[in-house]
Amino acid sequence: MEFKTWSSPHLPVENSVNVIMRRVLLALLPGIACMIWLFGWGVAVNILISGTTALGAEALMLMLRGRPVATTLLDGSALLAGVLLALALPPLAPWWIAVVGSLFAIVVAKQLYGGLGYNPFNPAMAGYVVLLVSFPLELTLWPAPGSAPDLQTTLSMIFSGAPPAGTTIDALTMATPMDTVRMQVGRGVALAELADDSLFGFIAGFGWEWVNLCFLAGGLWLLQARVIQWHIPVAMLGGLAASAGIFHFINPEVYASPLFHMFSGAAMMGAFFIATDPVSACTTPLGRIWFGLGIGVITWIIRTWGGYPEGIAFAVLLMNLAAPTIDFYTRPRVFGQHDGTPR
Amino acid sequence: MAERLQRSLPAINPDFARRYRFHGGLRLEDCREAASSRPIRPAGIPAQLVLPLQQHIGEPAECLVSPGEHVCKGQLVAQTVGRVSAAVHASTSGTVIAVEPRPVPHPSGLPAPCIVIETDGRDSPAANTPPALDYPNTDTDVLLERIRSAGIVGLGGAGFPTRAKLALHGAIELLLINGVECEPCIACDDGLQRERADEVIEGVRILHRILQPGACVIAVEDNMPEAEQALRAALAECNETGIHVVNVPTLYPTGGERQLIKVLTNREVPSQGFPADIGIICQNVGTAAAVYQAVVKSQPLLSRIVTVSGDGVQEACNLEVLIGTPVSHLIEAAGGYTDHIERLLIGGPMMGYAVNTDAVPVIKTTNCILAVTGRSMPAPPPARPCIRCGKCTEVCPANLLPQQLYWYAHSGNHDTAQDFGLFDCIECGCCAYVCPSHIQLVQYYRHAKTEIWEQEKRKKAADIARARHEARLARLERIKQERAEKLARKKQALSGGNSGDEARQAAIQAALERVRKKKEQAGTTPRNIENLTPEQQRLIDAADQRRRERTRPPQETD
Repeated sequence: MEFKTWSSPHLPVENSVNVIMRRVLLALLPGIACMIWLFGWGVAVNILISGTTALGAEALMLMLRGRPVATTLLDGSALLAGVLLALALPPLAPWWIAVVGSLFAIVVAKQLYGGLGYNPFNPAMAGYVVLLVSFPLELTLWPAPGSAPDLQTTLSMIFSGAPPAGTTIDALTMATPMDTVRMQVGRGVALAELADDSLFGFIAGFGWEWVNLCFLAGGLWLLQARVIQWHIPVAMLGGLAASAGIFHFINPEVYASPLFHMFSGAAMMGAFFIATDPVSACTTPLGRIWFGLGIGVITWIIRTWGGYPEGIAFAVLLMNLAAPTIDFYTRPRVFGQHDGTPR
Repeated sequence: MAERLQRSLPAINPDFARRYRFHGGLRLEDCREAASSRPIRPAGIPAQLVLPLQQHIGEPAECLVSPGEHVCKGQLVAQTVGRVSAAVHASTSGTVIAVEPRPVPHPSGLPAPCIVIETDGRDSPAANTPPALDYPNTDTDVLLERIRSAGIVGLGGAGFPTRAKLALHGAIELLLINGVECEPCIACDDGLQRERADEVIEGVRILHRILQPGACVIAVEDNMPEAEQALRAALAECNETGIHVVNVPTLYPTGGERQLIKVLTNREVPSQGFPADIGIICQNVGTAAAVYQAVVKSQPLLSRIVTVSGDGVQEACNLEVLIGTPVSHLIEAAGGYTDHIERLLIGGPMMGYAVNTDAVPVIKTTNCILAVTGRSMPAPPPARPCIRCGKCTEVCPANLLPQQLYWYAHSGNHDTAQDFGLFDCIECGCCAYVCPSHIQLVQYYRHAKTEIWEQEKRKKAADIARARHEARLARLERIKQERAEKLARKKQALSGGNSGDEARQAAIQAALERVRKKKEQAGTTPRNIENLTPEQQRLIDAADQRRRERTRPPQETD
């Protein structure tokens, strides 16, 4: 009798890229729900615009590159990049912000480098940074948490770029807690005085702490489902908390507490969903710890002394740049080799 | 170096109470019970035996028989060549019908030289069987020679000639008997230990006598309680206290020699080294039983236990199989194929290789035949790009970075791949099993290894050719120079000038003188010429005239 042959191992595979991406998207749901609850339908509209653009751009690029379109789109990586970018955008930003951002993320940062598996930079963060340096004003259009504008106002803001008659942009939007801290501390106001402000909740910025808690929950599920490994999130939050902790201990009047940093801005989403993008992160276990630590520390530096209120995107891109070198110097000791260091 | 290693090694715990962890590994579903719960039964004598000359690591054996010859059971049909080689014996009686390349169980699928025997069913044994040895009172060298002549190789899978392995060592601290199954589904060692624990123990005692190790331990998995109990009972029966039986956690690939040594002793076999380098010799339980058969029963390695399993056969079982039996015969013995049989694997589901025909024979290292359907072991889905997720790194028992190795192996960057430990890869398949991109990682590593071996072979051949070419050029140059020198000498001698002239004249004179003397001595002066008739005188004159003309110098005739 004749039989077909192929290479070992022969057991059926359990895991797949599609499953990983789907699970990451699933784990984002609590955070997304919380953001919609706090900031209104703008979040959902952003996800819709950004996700669709990302999928369209990916399909177009795959066609141009002569690669299989359907199977690749189904892996969910383009959709995930679009969604992550959308979650970083202000809910009242005009529609073309999401379009430009996701186009850059998919076309330049991902496909021009060779598509999934070959991009040196996190596509969503590359897209976000391009928007941040090009359109800083549009990226401040965050409504006050908990007082989200209604659907009509939101749609008006997004698609015509202006609020409906009778209201102003200033009435709709509000500086984020991180912005406020930076501004006030810059003016010499002590943090203790700010803490009484209605801007703050029980551990960090009002509302934002809930968003971060929701992303933390999703992230913990990813850890538990073994979709991601602990090294990067733990190291990143550790790096962020440690640098914040040291300076907060030295001067609590000027430097915000570690808890504030860990539950503000995109800290949790960054730690569990962005920094853990395996393609652009380090791949050795020890390297991932350095990678996470680097992101945490750089994030804190940018937040504290930089020109932007949030530093995760820059920190991730900077560490993406360093990832190959870190990988090279953090190779594990091979079994039976007494000197596992690179020659 | 070796000394430094020895000093830094962890001490071997005398009671083996602790287990250590190796990096990675997989908990795989156990599918052994189906085969090991049934007693081992003989597969019987097939119509034909196919005995490959190479069933082991090392030099192929040299064939001693020719077609048409009748052979008996246990007769030596191919002898060892060199130090690392193993003899082949006829597993039953019959007639040699061919010595030719046949399909053999090898991942390459290429045919290799085999002795083909048509069996006669009589199973008549060879006349001159060696005597049974009373091993406690037998010289070690005699025991080793018996093991060598019985053609015993490591039955765990690698097939390293046992005699050569026993010769590799210096002082042995630990004799480790591997009773751990290499992979899920394989049940041959489990069956052997359950049913023939006494043979295993006797074999271990023989090996113990040869090696005189500091300690001796038999390791089984913690899901083999029957085997463990049987071994303990056999030990108790013969009051043996120098041999321990321990169980180790079931974690693939603990059955691998390096991993098992790590689990029991916390020692790591050096990269590219042997267990003997760290004072350990590892032998499979099947090998121990074969040693017993050879020493005590005077029987060379003629059969082994093979697990036949998978959802492609009717009845999973352990079979006692004559070496050389075609796989198709085993399948028959297991009740035949099921309807949807798609693939035939030699070995387990993780490291086994698929063969394209069931005509291949069982050889000394064949531990398992898996016949499977597309449902239980489907074709791998198409590969996607590596996303560097690091799942492979998590499970790699060699602590490699499979994703990086893949990157370098894939791009043909062999130097870097070697730098990343390509040759430390044991091809266990853990990485490929967990890969979410379904990349056939092991295939890439195997390919890269083969390419590197090929390159080295080519380089060696090129080096030899270059050396030969250079030697030839040098020789030609030397000959040319010698000729030129000779010519120069001759020329000088001929146009030697005045200094040589007198000597030459003298030499010519001397030569003429010698000729004259010789003529005188020979008495060539004309005799009997006194009373010649005028006619006679005329003839003589004519002859003289002709002679003179003939002997005139040539330049004058021109």
